[in-house]
Amino acid sequence: LSAAPEIPKEDGRPKWDNKFQYILSCIGFAVGLGNVWRFPYLCQIHGGGAFLIPYFIALLFEGIPLLHLELALGQYLRKGSIGAWNTISPYLGGVGVGSWMVSVLVSLYYNTVLTWVMWYFINSFQEPLPWSVCPLNENRTGFNEECYESTAVNYFWYRKTLNITPDIAESGKLQWWLILCLAACWLIVYLCTIRGIETTGKAIYVTAIFPYLVLTIFLIQGLTLPGATEGLIYLFTPNLNTLKNPRVWLDAATQIFFSLSLAFGGLIAFASYNPTKNDCEKDAVTVAIVNSMTSLYASIPVFSVLGFKATTAYWDCLDRNIINIINEFDLPEEGIMRQNYTSWISFLNSSYPEKIAGLKLKSCDLQEFLDQSVSGTGLAFIVFTQAIILMPGSQAWAILFFIMLFSLGLSSMFGNIEGVFTPLLELQIIPKSAPKELLSGIICLISFLIALSFTLGSGSYWIDIFDRYAGSVPLLVIAFFEVIGVAYIYKIKRFSKDVEWMTGRKLNLYWQIAWRFISPLLLLIVFMAFVTLQMQKPPSYTAWNPKYEGFPMKEEKVYPPWVHALCVLLAALPCVCVPLVALFHLVKQKRRSKDPSFVPPEVFSCQGANS
Amino acid sequence: MLRALLLTLSVVAIVHAELCKPDAQNAFKVRISIKTALGDNAYAWDANEEYLFKAMVAFAMRRYSSKSTTQISNVLLCNVTDRVSFWFVVTDSSKNVTTVPGSEVEAAIRMNRNRINNAFLLSDKTLQFLKITSTLSPPVEPSTPVWLIVFGVVLCLIVAGIVFLIVSGIQKHKKKNKDSTERENLEEKVEVTLENGIPCEALDLKAGHINGVFAADDERFTSL
Repeated sequence: LSAAPEIPKEDGRPKWDNKFQYILSCIGFAVGLGNVWRFPYLCQIHGGGAFLIPYFIALLFEGIPLLHLELALGQYLRKGSIGAWNTISPYLGGVGVGSWMVSVLVSLYYNTVLTWVMWYFINSFQEPLPWSVCPLNENRTGFNEECYESTAVNYFWYRKTLNITPDIAESGKLQWWLILCLAACWLIVYLCTIRGIETTGKAIYVTAIFPYLVLTIFLIQGLTLPGATEGLIYLFTPNLNTLKNPRVWLDAATQIFFSLSLAFGGLIAFASYNPTKNDCEKDAVTVAIVNSMTSLYASIPVFSVLGFKATTAYWDCLDRNIINIINEFDLPEEGIMRQNYTSWISFLNSSYPEKIAGLKLKSCDLQEFLDQSVSGTGLAFIVFTQAIILMPGSQAWAILFFIMLFSLGLSSMFGNIEGVFTPLLELQIIPKSAPKELLSGIICLISFLIALSFTLGSGSYWIDIFDRYAGSVPLLVIAFFEVIGVAYIYKIKRFSKDVEWMTGRKLNLYWQIAWRFISPLLLLIVFMAFVTLQMQKPPSYTAWNPKYEGFPMKEEKVYPPWVHALCVLLAALPCVCVPLVALFHLVKQKRRSKDPSFVPPEVFSCQGANS
Repeated sequence: MLRALLLTLSVVAIVHAELCKPDAQNAFKVRISIKTALGDNAYAWDANEEYLFKAMVAFAMRRYSSKSTTQISNVLLCNVTDRVSFWFVVTDSSKNVTTVPGSEVEAAIRMNRNRINNAFLLSDKTLQFLKITSTLSPPVEPSTPVWLIVFGVVLCLIVAGIVFLIVSGIQKHKKKNKDSTERENLEEKVEVTLENGIPCEALDLKAGHINGVFAADDERFTSL
């Protein structure tokens, strides 16, 4: 604070050490777990390379304009989300409050996902990896039944990590090992965000750059694995027919939107620490392009590894069949190889059909193994961990993989926490004399206590709910009001002038058209389609129930009504802030206008540094 | 003489065929996968290996029942295939033309499974006795789980980092406060010594100053 001011008005606001830190923070916030475990899955199920077409269209008309809007807003008004929207118009203050609320809800469950990553990380130091073997049952005659019927990897995830209950209504008890990891994760978040951007700015150098290093290592290693090329061909072969399905376009739009972490308020907070004369247009385009390129870059090692896993599973299937045949017919070892398997099978089928039928051989199809697509936690904790067991030096790969996931998630957490922290700091919840460390400590402590509920047996079901309801619909609503608020209430002409003042050049027509018409329209369509699709089927979830007759398949269950009500509450609460705050101000205004002695204050308070 | 010899040999052969055949009572099927176990170092299964096998089974029976009556000739092998798989029985030399009960053979093999495996450089999976299940060895578990140790290390690092940051924050805060109070004291002293913008040292409050401007005006008045 005693440093010489570099800009004309020194308002004591913390600032970035350099531009690179700011860009890296935005990229770190945008690039998260979804780039690794959602984008490749979407590519796979929506026709491979063809998915890139709706993806880039959505990026151009929805992602980049909204990103530019948020960065410009934060940079010009130099306030967090609540303060910024109050400045635009007190009636729009609800947008800021909604963003803040979503950031709180997402921070709670996102860090629990990181808890799981940390748990796997600390277990990766064990030789052999604990998810590679099944434990024995009580009398040591065989393997644990639940593990034997599913796989060792599934058992480790559902039983040893989550200790999952068969139903969401059964809470189970708190898992002490998850509590330890959760505490560690929140302590790490506290360590990095203790003084706001002063500390996250330093931490981001590691957490944002490290994942790229690991992805490159996995890329090189993945390409050398057998079966990698099959996986990549499968991923990128374009199937243009899928573009006729509107679901594909919807998925592309939502993926871009959530991938860029828009409407959380974190981007506004980051930009507010910038000097005002900064080219926010270039920043927005840079961040958006880097985010998309990262998604593409990450899908290459992911699919090499998935191809390897599918090939290995296919070979295992063949080998099992071969052994059965050899044992049955007492043929010499290595009499049947994988290459001449089909010719042998046809020969034996014609000569001894009853014997072959009696063996009950499974049909081995590589396509079938490649088709088993998984996204989300299933990809990381089940599919990938299984593939890692098959790689030589599996411990090192496991450690690298989970540190990478942790860094990716942590840099996104910084943005989430900043979206919570900055508005609270401005609202002056704590007295100015109290240190910032206290506020961040209080935020982390309260979040940790609330997140303890996710360490219950049914915790992962609740995290799915939060992910599906709190982290989806409210964001679309808030983003819609953001664009409408800036384009029609603050007025585009005024905003253009502000942006021109900041960047030093005239605003391109593309931005004006996008902010005025295209983005709001797109958001409206996406919102309608999203809600319609959710409404079509009753909300259900898949439960891991060892007593289910179809075990190891997961059991499809419907949410009980009280859970359903909670889901609706989660989705509605941030959205409802927008009209509530507007109503509150309307009522206040009416009351004041009735009081003749009162002089109405300026509705639009001074804006930022340019007053 | 020759006829007697031929007769005994044929009797032995018939008995052998009677006692040792697939699915005979007290007979066990063995399946060996040498190439899977040893790859390029695989040896061929021939009569010498069969002799070793008979010797190992006889050894197992002797160790188990601890009476040294089982001979190598008591172990009969039959139906050797290319796989490699075959059936074997153990005959009882004390009782005529009978086989040792399967349970005894099973227990003997189980007890000495490790020795038998090692003689052939194979394992439980590659030297299979089809009706004899092997007890699984429990996985080695250290007394403290490894993850707890790693967790402890990680936690210590984090807590050390937090304490360092908080302490340095407090120190910076104290230094800032000290600096700002020093500056305030300095300004106060300067204020005290300012009178009308002129430092008091410059003002000689006791002595007077002749104001040159007024002194010059005397000349304008005409002298009387």
